[in-house]
Amino acid sequence: MKLTVNGTEHDVDVEDDMPLLWVLRDELNLKGTKYGCGVAQCGACTVHLDGQAVRSCQVAAIDASGARITTIEGLAQQDAMQAVQEAWIEHQVAQCGYCQSGQIMQAASLLAERQDPSDDDIDNAMGGNLCRCGTYPRIRAAIHTAAQKLQGT
Amino acid sequence: MGRLKTITRRSFLVGSVAIGGGVAFGTYLAMRNLPNPVAATLAPDEASFNPWVLISPEKVTLITPHADKGQGVASAQAALIAEELDIEFGQFEIDFGQPDQAYYNTAMAEEGVPFMSTDTSVVAEATRAVMGSAFKILGVQGTGGSTSMPDSFDKLRYAAAIARETLKLAASQQSGVPVDQLTTKEGAVHLPDGSRIAYTALAPLAAELEPVSDVVLRAPSEWRLVGQPMERLDIEGKTTGSTRYGIDVDRDGMLHATVRLNPRKGGVLNGYDASAAKTMRGVRDIFEITNGVAIVADNTWRAFKAAEAIGIDWGPAPYPADQADHWDTLDASFTDDHLDRTWRNDGAVDSAAGNVIEATYRSPYVAHQPLEPLNATVLVTDDQVEVWTGHQMPVFLQQQVAKVTGHDAEAVIFHNHFIGGSFGHRLELDFVKQAAEVANRMRGTPIKMTYSRETDFAQDFPRHISMAKGRGTVADGKVIALDLQIAAPSVITSQMGRLGLSVPGPDIQIAAGAWNNPYSIDNFRLRAYRASELAPTSSWRAVGAPGAGFFFDSLLDETIHAAGADPMAERIRLMTHEVSRTVLETVAEMSDWGAPLAPGQGKGVAFVESFGVPTAEVVLVTDTDAGIRIDAVWVACDVGTVIDPVNFENQVEGGVIFGLGHAMNCEITYADGMAEQANYYDHEAMRIWQTPRIFVKGLENGTKVRGIGEPPVPPAAPALANAIFAATGKRIRQMPFNKFVDFV
Ligand code: FES
Ligand code: FES
Repeated sequence: MKLTVNGTEHDVDVEDDMPLLWVLRDELNLKGTKYGCGVAQCGACTVHLDGQAVRSCQVAAIDASGARITTIEGLAQQDAMQAVQEAWIEHQVAQCGYCQSGQIMQAASLLAERQDPSDDDIDNAMGGNLCRCGTYPRIRAAIHTAAQKLQGT
Repeated sequence: MGRLKTITRRSFLVGSVAIGGGVAFGTYLAMRNLPNPVAATLAPDEASFNPWVLISPEKVTLITPHADKGQGVASAQAALIAEELDIEFGQFEIDFGQPDQAYYNTAMAEEGVPFMSTDTSVVAEATRAVMGSAFKILGVQGTGGSTSMPDSFDKLRYAAAIARETLKLAASQQSGVPVDQLTTKEGAVHLPDGSRIAYTALAPLAAELEPVSDVVLRAPSEWRLVGQPMERLDIEGKTTGSTRYGIDVDRDGMLHATVRLNPRKGGVLNGYDASAAKTMRGVRDIFEITNGVAIVADNTWRAFKAAEAIGIDWGPAPYPADQADHWDTLDASFTDDHLDRTWRNDGAVDSAAGNVIEATYRSPYVAHQPLEPLNATVLVTDDQVEVWTGHQMPVFLQQQVAKVTGHDAEAVIFHNHFIGGSFGHRLELDFVKQAAEVANRMRGTPIKMTYSRETDFAQDFPRHISMAKGRGTVADGKVIALDLQIAAPSVITSQMGRLGLSVPGPDIQIAAGAWNNPYSIDNFRLRAYRASELAPTSSWRAVGAPGAGFFFDSLLDETIHAAGADPMAERIRLMTHEVSRTVLETVAEMSDWGAPLAPGQGKGVAFVESFGVPTAEVVLVTDTDAGIRIDAVWVACDVGTVIDPVNFENQVEGGVIFGLGHAMNCEITYADGMAEQANYYDHEAMRIWQTPRIFVKGLENGTKVRGIGEPPVPPAAPALANAIFAATGKRIRQMPFNKFVDFV
């Protein structure tokens, strides 16, 4: 089947029901998207499907073919992403960093929907993204900063 | 080949040696001829040298052997070196180095001695020194116990200062300018005429010189980096998804494996049927390994799927099958024959007169479950073994892998990686041994073995359970006496036992966080009882202190309330240790302790000292219709020196969230010998919407530099329980608290 990831089309020979997560990681060697739980509990595997944040561990490969798939590697090329990443660095958010690809993908999708999210908006949008290191206060702050950056540009 | 020249600096030696056209500065052990991490580039007589700074004609590399599992220690180690070397972030690379016994962790050994950290008596200090040499012999190059900074603080700065002065000497010889007219800045020696010679250009000459021994460490007032906010070296990679963790390793021809292991941990495999799994797509092989079955495939998901399709008959657990029996075992352990040690017996508890309260407390098994599942990639050939993973105990890793594959330990090459969280999980070696067992069977093929999250939960060696019985005596509105008894299985026995080691003497962790409290209570007795071993356990962030600290502080709080005293004022009254008292006074001020509260609100304070760091936390909660909401937390602690205030704040926030979250809703329980919790939905800890505002203050009145990875965890649970009591009148004596109250 054909998958379009970060603007590049790939031909992959996988089972229809292989989760997109494992196609990305083990077949396409895009290792920025992480495996944390496999059951939609942690958000480490978050990617964008046609601009929407989804858990790639829950998306069957066949359902992603035909969609525009964006991973953390591809997001860097977009403006919104730059603002988010800059804010993440400014606030020194990461500890172990393992959850952060997913956090950033989720945050970018929130900011695409809401220019100036409140703390409640952030809590609602980010509630499915687990951070075992507890970087939540900095994630909140970084999203506010990213929103300001985006409005300023 | 250069000579190895050395200088004694307290307990370690600093020296330099020529390597491959450049020079290395580092420390080494004088007394023992230990195997060498850079053996390939050093002559045999230089075999015990450990580089911290490598300068080649091309680049400067700083070696940062303490494993980084999110605590930012790679950056912090580099900063200590860069401070004295006069080099900027961006001008050097970092490398985790090869495992070596001479990178032993003196500070970790010191933590294991039965003296209070506030005790600087001759006996206490001498014992710490002896433990340090015991660790040398065991070869513990370890990361744990919040010891990376205490261990590195002097060693790294001396090595860097000696490197700097030796480079200046080289520049002087090359330029003819006297040393006292030379300065160093930004990775170069600067001459009075404004020209500069890069360190890299001086490397070959510096290698020929005797290292300059006459160095003085810079005064804190001169520090450029230490104490300033830094941009962590790993932050960009972790923000762009480019950091490669162990789980991301990719080798040519690599196959993906997973394992099914007896969920009754340590139990045997009676038999299995893999006939269906063997024919599944992508499956290359399925075979038996120790206590389980390995599945090798061409993709991780295919391996996971095939693993589920195997029918397995497991043997029984080598510990009581049901949780109630574990608690009963503890309950029956408060007897003289289980007494591990009477840690404190101040005054005369039994004759203290007053009103008495009594209470029993429990702390459950809790899983580590960092977000990166355990994994290791191993390639075994006839000559050597290569291992790619993240680990806190590299020397033990080499030894254990060598045992599995039948190689010499020196033939095991270990590539350490950034770790996606640990909380103690990456002190364990079973997962690496399993990967080695699979790879040994498939020699020549790199094997990446990954646990599914469910396997990770099932095989986790959780924090030990513990139980306490307390009595508090009050009179005249004051706390007069505390008598606390704590029973727990020995986590150290369990953990070290898996390495084939036994640790003599009492287990300091059974009562850690309680016995070592620096209060001056007139009558205080603390007895620790060692229960028989139950389910296998392992060090969990702060080890004994989250349990024992909860017991001690809860008992103190209950006793203060029984006395009718103010929880903050009475703690301060009882605290005569100056540094700790300031911590309490600071948190009182930060949290505006005495200010009136809205209806339904309550504030609780707790103080626990762990790893030498006195830490006080105030929690503010509101009792809402939907349950308890945690509004804010104020933290004050004293680490002697804050290396990086931004990372420090991040670590404290994370520690508070970790402590609160697990106290709220996490426990591992056993039924039929198996953990009943399988994934995060059973053991969730804190989510972003539950996260309170957290205010942090790091004090620097203590005399020793301390680590901050663990100390914020233990006070969180008792501060929350005390706040819930203040808000609702309900006293919770058992974690997790969601058994007794709902949380918003
Ligand atoms: S791996 Fe997909 S949500 Fe956890
Ligand atoms: S930074 Fe470690 S899990 Fe989020």
